[in-house]
Amino acid sequence: MTALLHRDLRLSIRAGGGFGLSLAFFLIVVVLVPFAVGPESEILARIGPGILWVAALLATLLSLDRQFALDHEDGALPLIATSPLPLEAVALAKAVAHWLTTGLPLTLAAAPLGVLLNLEGTAYGWLVLTLALGTPALSVIGTFGAALTVGLRRGGLLLSLLVLPLYVPTLIFGAEAARRGAEGMDATTPLLMLAGITAGSLALLPFAAGAVLRINLR
Amino acid sequence: MSLRVEGLSIARGGVPVLEGLSFAVEPGQALILRGPNGAGKTTLLRVLAGLAPPLSGRIDATPESAAYASHADGIKATLSVTENLRFWADLYGRSFGAEVLDDFDLRALRDRPAGTLSAGQSRRLGLARLGVIGRPVLLLDEPTVSLDAASVARFAAWLRERHLGQGGLAVIATHVPLGLDAPELDLGRFRASPRSTQGSDAAFL
Repeated sequence: MTALLHRDLRLSIRAGGGFGLSLAFFLIVVVLVPFAVGPESEILARIGPGILWVAALLATLLSLDRQFALDHEDGALPLIATSPLPLEAVALAKAVAHWLTTGLPLTLAAAPLGVLLNLEGTAYGWLVLTLALGTPALSVIGTFGAALTVGLRRGGLLLSLLVLPLYVPTLIFGAEAARRGAEGMDATTPLLMLAGITAGSLALLPFAAGAVLRINLR
Repeated sequence: MSLRVEGLSIARGGVPVLEGLSFAVEPGQALILRGPNGAGKTTLLRVLAGLAPPLSGRIDATPESAAYASHADGIKATLSVTENLRFWADLYGRSFGAEVLDDFDLRALRDRPAGTLSAGQSRRLGLARLGVIGRPVLLLDEPTVSLDAASVARFAAWLRERHLGQGGLAVIATHVPLGLDAPELDLGRFRASPRSTQGSDAAFL
């Protein structure tokens, strides 16, 4: 499994690997929002955590369709499927690689970008915490979606439509926890729900993705 | 480790292509699959590799012992030749020995990004994967496509000495004579009869 993880990480930082695409998209959205909303810093501070969460979610979507599509195009996927590594582990490795190249950089970039949205002092910690807890779920759910649409030409649109509804609970609880934390309220409940979604999808979805891949490879 | 197939029926895209197929391949033996385009050579290899389920029949061989090589080589263009091979070695939990580079004449190319290789060179890299992963059963789909005569001979020699000579076996779909002393199986004889092409829905309805 580490072999596949290493390869995917190495591929993503090589030329044309797409590392940085999500990060650049995230940066652009967050930079543009203050221009669109106007200069009132109070409004920005209030909507900031939500904007950062939506931007992070959309940025995660951007790189999803490459998850299995590249391996499918060059024929590596059937070869990997016939290797000793079970497809469930393949899906998990892909999800972890996706999180390390998308979710983790987004989480780390959210704090400095929060300055642009005039976040309050307490909001930074909460934002980074909720993103760190929530983005793994986004990667795992997205990997499942990518497994569903592998082999379809122009599957990106279908992938987004399939995955976005599944992202909604993560977004609701993630943004809610960040908002409550920033306003000094008790954020335990949404935080626990967010952690539960991540733990549940990490435990179950690799198996679903493996089963779907097996069917799609026939 | 031998490969036995009994009464195998297989379908492509829901349409049965072969039925009543039986054969056995013993260690050290190769079996050459013949048949016109669309006869079901690739489908048979995919079923043997465990990628698709058979309609009926029995395959006696653990899928874990088989290595499948398709038309596409699964090469990553931005990784070097060595990195590509090392990935497959790691994935199969094997150590990567440099002698494979000699077997497939890749030593001079080993640090080149795989994307800059010619079609024949990438094919050699794709075949070198088989030398790296060391599986006893090879399922090869047109292994000699885009190889020149010298490379075909080199590959046939590798197959004879390094694989079959060491107790491995191979099922090869090819139109090019490899110079192997191997029986041929004409798939045309096992073509599925039209009556079975109705599919399962008809029976269900």
